Amino acid sequence: MDITTFTSNKKFWIWGISLLAVLAALATLPQWLGSYYVILLKDILMLVLITVSWVIFSGPTGYMSLASAAFFGVGVYTSALLLPMTGAVLPLLLVIVIAGLVSFILGLLAGALTLRLKGIYFAVFTFGLVLLIQRFLLWFEMNITHTRGRFVLLVEDNTIFYVMLAIFVATLLTAYFIRRSKFGLALQSIGLNEEAAAHSGVNVTRVKVITFAISAVFMGAAGAIYATKLTYIDPYIAFNPLFSFLPVLMAIFGGLGSFYGPIIGAALFSYLQEFLKTEFPFQYMIIFGLLLMAVIVFMPRGLVGLVQRLLASLKEGPEEKSTPGWAIIFCLFGILGGLVGWFIFRERRGARVLLKAGGVVTLIGGAAYLLMFLLTLLGGLGGGYF
Amino acid sequence: METVLNVAVAGLLLGGIFALISVGLSLQYGVARVLNVAHGEFIMIGAFVTWVLYTEFGINPLLCMVIVGPAIFVIGFILYRTMFNYIRIKAPSPDAFEGNSILAAFGLLFVIQYIALTLWGSNIHGYTYLAFPIHLGTVTIAANRLVTLGFAVGISFVFYIFLARTRLGKAIRSAAQDPATASLMGVNIKRVLAICFGLGALMAGIAGVLLSMTYPVNANMGLHYTIIAIIVVVLGGMGSIVGSFIGGFILGIVGSIVSYFDPGLALVAYYAIFILLLLVRPKGIMGK
Repeated sequence: MDITTFTSNKKFWIWGISLLAVLAALATLPQWLGSYYVILLKDILMLVLITVSWVIFSGPTGYMSLASAAFFGVGVYTSALLLPMTGAVLPLLLVIVIAGLVSFILGLLAGALTLRLKGIYFAVFTFGLVLLIQRFLLWFEMNITHTRGRFVLLVEDNTIFYVMLAIFVATLLTAYFIRRSKFGLALQSIGLNEEAAAHSGVNVTRVKVITFAISAVFMGAAGAIYATKLTYIDPYIAFNPLFSFLPVLMAIFGGLGSFYGPIIGAALFSYLQEFLKTEFPFQYMIIFGLLLMAVIVFMPRGLVGLVQRLLASLKEGPEEKSTPGWAIIFCLFGILGGLVGWFIFRERRGARVLLKAGGVVTLIGGAAYLLMFLLTLLGGLGGGYF
Repeated sequence: METVLNVAVAGLLLGGIFALISVGLSLQYGVARVLNVAHGEFIMIGAFVTWVLYTEFGINPLLCMVIVGPAIFVIGFILYRTMFNYIRIKAPSPDAFEGNSILAAFGLLFVIQYIALTLWGSNIHGYTYLAFPIHLGTVTIAANRLVTLGFAVGISFVFYIFLARTRLGKAIRSAAQDPATASLMGVNIKRVLAICFGLGALMAGIAGVLLSMTYPVNANMGLHYTIIAIIVVVLGGMGSIVGSFIGGFILGIVGSIVSYFDPGLALVAYYAIFILLLLVRPKGIMGK
């Protein structure tokens, strides 16, 4: 890899400097923001970094890994074993490095075993891995150690934030350099046609397994620092299958085609998720499920894809294709609005929540509506049912 | 000897349920190309509706099948005809459709499961029906388990005859082989795929009705059965109804043997079989 290919690239400098500015701003945030925002930002950073590290492997190759929760959970458990409530066995930073290494090894093992599987088999197997480890730990704790759950050492919020920021930066840099290197090209060629890649001299298995393991490192490290915020963990909390779906959903929400798509998607989505979680703790998963379906149905190429398509149709005139979009989008957002309305009515939590919830639903519905309307005007979408 | 016989019979009874569940999923994945991870949630709905109908209105659980089955069929049909069909049309390739549809099915899973949780809570429910023992030689079986096995085998058989002998069955088989060609031969592909998805959901619903007679009912029960169904479908060979039927019984017997030693390890054993099978024979027992 030649370093001058980066330094002579104008775009590299523009992006690099603006990224540095953003990071510098993030680093000084705890000085002038309340602890609530520090915790919120830490969560957002974590979800973005998990998404980006998921994209390192699954983005270019097209292998849909659902093992993220396993790597994350291994990190959480490493932290719980090495940083117990009674006092740290090893220093915090070392524990995080070890968690990353343990995840790396698990990634190597799982990758070597499973990467010959294709398509849906791979997705199912990687998801199975999460449940397998979870069940085994449950059985182990119940029958061998006779314990249930563990307590983790408390760490100061600002420390967690800075560690998370450091892992975040490391993830972004790794993702960027892998994408721009020969290695990234090999990955992309595997995604396009694996056999052709193998014939062109790419060691397909090695590239896949190593990248899979590298993407696991950051998830493990993030899990390790996240555990200190949880304080109490058990196999159900550590290996929460939600962490397998969130990165996939967020990456698709942003758009898998570009480097910045998943970052934007994850940042927006995780903020939305935090908001839904605090306002609707019980209905949050229903709304999450509906959002998951809506994103898959309406934005298979993500926010970036939608914007690109809009720009393209502005430039080149309307597309010829006509598809039934209106009916379903109205139904889904109708259901979403109805559900939110019903739960608010049921809980009577006052006008403030009503206003906020209404705002979010209107915002999502309105934005989607507006986009669909524009696209229909341009002949891009809609028209089939109406 | 007696223990061996008891374990074997328990395995057969468990296997009947697994077979019924898996035949439904096999149809959904083999023909409609949707690996429906929300399959278990339809089982949960079937079980819950039966529990409500029996305890609140005193309706016979066996009669509930006639109510639950068609209702869930309609839900499945509409789901495929709108959402999954839309994803199918928009997807650039069949592989992309499979990936996207599994994610949409996960969304469906969360929605159904958490609606059930808000409606019925996370408590474990149950009722007793036909719980008297039947003595067969040295083995004692609860009557409801025997009825469950009978219905599971009967429904699977009827379904096999339907696929093999009827006109619609022929259309379904042709759609499984090659959707594009089938539609050129005059098969209304959208309708046939939606019917397949609906039939898969119907079998899950009926399995739920049967399960509720012997097992506790809980809003979180779905994923467990989904995982079993996926393992059985892979074990039997994708899209092979007969393979799924045999695979269900194999997994049931393995489950009952492992449960005899340690019930906590049953799921781990299922996974071990799954992983071994994927590595040794990815096509499954009856796969082509």
